[in-house]
Amino acid sequence: MDSKKAISEEAGGFSVARLLQERGVSRRDFVKFCSTVTAAMALPATMVPKVVHALDKVQRPTLVWLNFQDCTGDTEALLRSANPTVGELVLDILSVDYHETIMAAAGHQAEAALEKTVKEFKGKYLCVVEGSIPLKDGGVYGCIGGKTFEQIAKHVCGNAAATIAVGTCAAYGGIAAAVPNPSGAVGVREAVSGATVLNLPGCPCNADNLTAVVVHFLTFGKLPAMDSHGRPLFAHGKRIHDNCERRPHFDAGQYVEKWGDDAHRKGFCLYKMGCKGPATFHNCPTQRFNERISWPVAAGHGCVGCSEPQFWDTSPVYRRLPNVPGFGIEKNADTIGLAFAAGVGGAFAIHGAMSALRKDKPAAEETKKEGEE
Amino acid sequence: MAKIVVDPITRIEGHLRIEAEVEGGVIKDAWSSSTMYRGIEKILKGRDPRDAWYWTQRFCGVCTTVHSIASIRAVENALKIKIPPNAELIRNIIIGIQNVQDHVIHFYHLHALDWVDITSALKADPVKTASLAASISEWPNNSPTHFKAVQEKLKAFVSTGRLGPFANAYWGHPAYRLPPEANLMATAHYLEALEWQKEVIKIHAILGSKNPHPQTFLVGGMSIPIDPDSQNALNADKLITVKRLLAKAQDFVEKVYIPDLLAIASFYKDWAAIGGGVGNYLSYGDFPDPVSGNLWFPAGIIRNRDISKLLPVDQQKVAEFVDHSWYEYQGGKGKGLHPWEGETEAKYSGPKPPYEHLDTTAKYSWVKAPRYEEMPMEVGPLARVLVAYVSGHKETKAIVDMVLAKLGVGPAALFSTLGRTAARGIDCLLNARQTPVYLDMLINNIGKGDYRIHANEKWEPAEWPAEASGYGWHEAPRGALGHWIRIKDQKIFNYQAVVPSTWNASPRDAKGQRGPYEAALVGTPVAKPDQPLEILRTIHSFDPCLACAVHVTDTTGNELVQVKVS
Repeated sequence: MDSKKAISEEAGGFSVARLLQERGVSRRDFVKFCSTVTAAMALPATMVPKVVHALDKVQRPTLVWLNFQDCTGDTEALLRSANPTVGELVLDILSVDYHETIMAAAGHQAEAALEKTVKEFKGKYLCVVEGSIPLKDGGVYGCIGGKTFEQIAKHVCGNAAATIAVGTCAAYGGIAAAVPNPSGAVGVREAVSGATVLNLPGCPCNADNLTAVVVHFLTFGKLPAMDSHGRPLFAHGKRIHDNCERRPHFDAGQYVEKWGDDAHRKGFCLYKMGCKGPATFHNCPTQRFNERISWPVAAGHGCVGCSEPQFWDTSPVYRRLPNVPGFGIEKNADTIGLAFAAGVGGAFAIHGAMSALRKDKPAAEETKKEGEE
Repeated sequence: MAKIVVDPITRIEGHLRIEAEVEGGVIKDAWSSSTMYRGIEKILKGRDPRDAWYWTQRFCGVCTTVHSIASIRAVENALKIKIPPNAELIRNIIIGIQNVQDHVIHFYHLHALDWVDITSALKADPVKTASLAASISEWPNNSPTHFKAVQEKLKAFVSTGRLGPFANAYWGHPAYRLPPEANLMATAHYLEALEWQKEVIKIHAILGSKNPHPQTFLVGGMSIPIDPDSQNALNADKLITVKRLLAKAQDFVEKVYIPDLLAIASFYKDWAAIGGGVGNYLSYGDFPDPVSGNLWFPAGIIRNRDISKLLPVDQQKVAEFVDHSWYEYQGGKGKGLHPWEGETEAKYSGPKPPYEHLDTTAKYSWVKAPRYEEMPMEVGPLARVLVAYVSGHKETKAIVDMVLAKLGVGPAALFSTLGRTAARGIDCLLNARQTPVYLDMLINNIGKGDYRIHANEKWEPAEWPAEASGYGWHEAPRGALGHWIRIKDQKIFNYQAVVPSTWNASPRDAKGQRGPYEAALVGTPVAKPDQPLEILRTIHSFDPCLACAVHVTDTTGNELVQVKVS
């Protein structure tokens, strides 16, 4: 389906570029914004004109945001986004028709707004899901307006052009799905079979990556290429360990041994303190957080592997990863991710890894092909 | 009698449902229900206590530091770990800016639209708006050109015909009372606050690597190293950035938030007599002095609105009931359990979804009912400010007296929906002024050559006793937060968190006593039952940490719009 064309229709008659212009955003700032998101998508600078051209044409698309078994952390990440800011996203770039945390309407009127969007823009709107979906006992562990999260997800994600599962909970079940998974929590792909879903894991997801996915969708009319965990390659194609600013210290055998020791103050490698960077695929070292101020390793704490499926059961925060030096930088998540995961934990962690292997269906095979063009 | 159902309640964190009975335009009874369960306390059993802060942080991504703080304090209490002064001071700064930023977001982005009609701002005169703003504040952005630009932006937005998150709201409701100029001023500051919050919270990125979910907490201290001579540690460059951002935070609170709060409150003084609630207030106190451990914000309890007496808090007297919650205790009904003995065995017995109504005579919520000496307690900024005020805390007393004088009301006005909203502003100002004090203390300490951030002696579990139990308290933005932990053989044996919204959103207990939301709604007027704006005002005044929606239906399950309210 040509989703770009689809979402452009009936969207109100203004292109994103024109809307921005009317809000006083200069052409220069607009092109700068396009360059920033092009870089975030790990696309070459030669693609900037294509992004500019696409956003000139595309009309303010509709987005709905659903909160399920979540902590609202991904929403908060969105509130911190800078390129563009949440104000620009909500007022200028998208029509955010449903988002419980920010919307003025409540109760019946809120539900009516969602229903109107699903009906009027069927197959054309983007859906973002935050939080896992409990399936156990008929889904009684999560209800809105008397309906289960599962019922709502099937209806809203099922009728969307595409769904972006933000955060590790929406992607893979996350914390609620950790052993013993009391509520039977799963991610969107598992709850809504047949829906077009991209996973943007992380705890929370990086808002810059979310913006980049939305812009990719508007520019190319489809979701970006994904790995076998359904994650966009532009953000999850490389290991943290291989992009880490402290990698030279790892290679030189310079490690932090105790919190606050001399090595810690000098910024040596956190591998011995339990850093999961060698088993984690995410662009944190380059993209960083809060307008690129920092990321966990830069602030002296190891990576916990929060964007890996079922990391909750496979990565005790301070336990050292086994056998790290054996792997080269050319490996990707599909070949080594779970090999690490299964090696880290004790008995019940391994239980988690096993359920991870069972749960994580290789649903991305076809999307990967599509993405490769 | 009509039964109003509001589900989801929006502009909160989480999933909250309110059912209320309305008669003669006034709420006669109300029930508060949380409709989401994850069972994280169950998931925690058997894991490493040093990891608990990372797990419990995921209780909430809005007040994103608070569970980490309570968790590491609980483990440190159990293992008798004393943390270095620098770690305590860094935590105090992280706590302070969390409170400040969270309160401002709550006021402008979650609560303001209950009082501010954005559509009315289109009719405002920007010049008159600027003079109104100038009469209450010297904020430099309050110019006619700025207000005109905001109004133009709003007009262009409305002209697209797509109102996005502002669609389908209660605009034009008779309970909105601000003149167009005040509405435009508040709308302009709504947008400015959106920009401001992402700037000032960069303090968490500097000290904690990122926000939401900062990642430098450690049992025994913090993981952000200190070294003025290293580019990989907290150095002068980073400290001065924190200082600048704290000043920016304080400036906005003093020149925008507080003046707006007082201006808006002056149009809604009748709300100082609505929404009082249970009348019992609990604060655990916070901001430990890095050396003495004394708390800057005092702990205490006020009962039955009696501000002549402050009672001490005893953690042994906290117990949770589940007689109206979807859980079962092994020991059966009618009894409360102290958190160390707490159980989280889910047992849903509500209606099969999709449903119209909950059976509120039986179990009806995923929230437990915490009680102190079997009494429901309200927690939050109002409780914190009242306890400090009654204890004679001089900084608090000065601000409370200023606010009461400006509004021309007495202390009794604080026991209300408006009092709760005003107390949040007072709390915000207190935090905004106190947090820089901790930064100065930190800078002084570093200047003396103390770079310690972590107490290493008990980091390895081999150093721990076979069994230990502890609790950690924290005054989070939404109020008294407690984590209780029992450690056995180096693993979590039991973990229970009694969080602010558990106190406030609690359902009825074994004695049938209402929780604070429920009690506060009784007596609240509802002008148009199909647009229950007033319910949102009172519920939002607590700053709930659950998510919600609201429908209005009658007892046979029809939409209220079809119902005659008798």
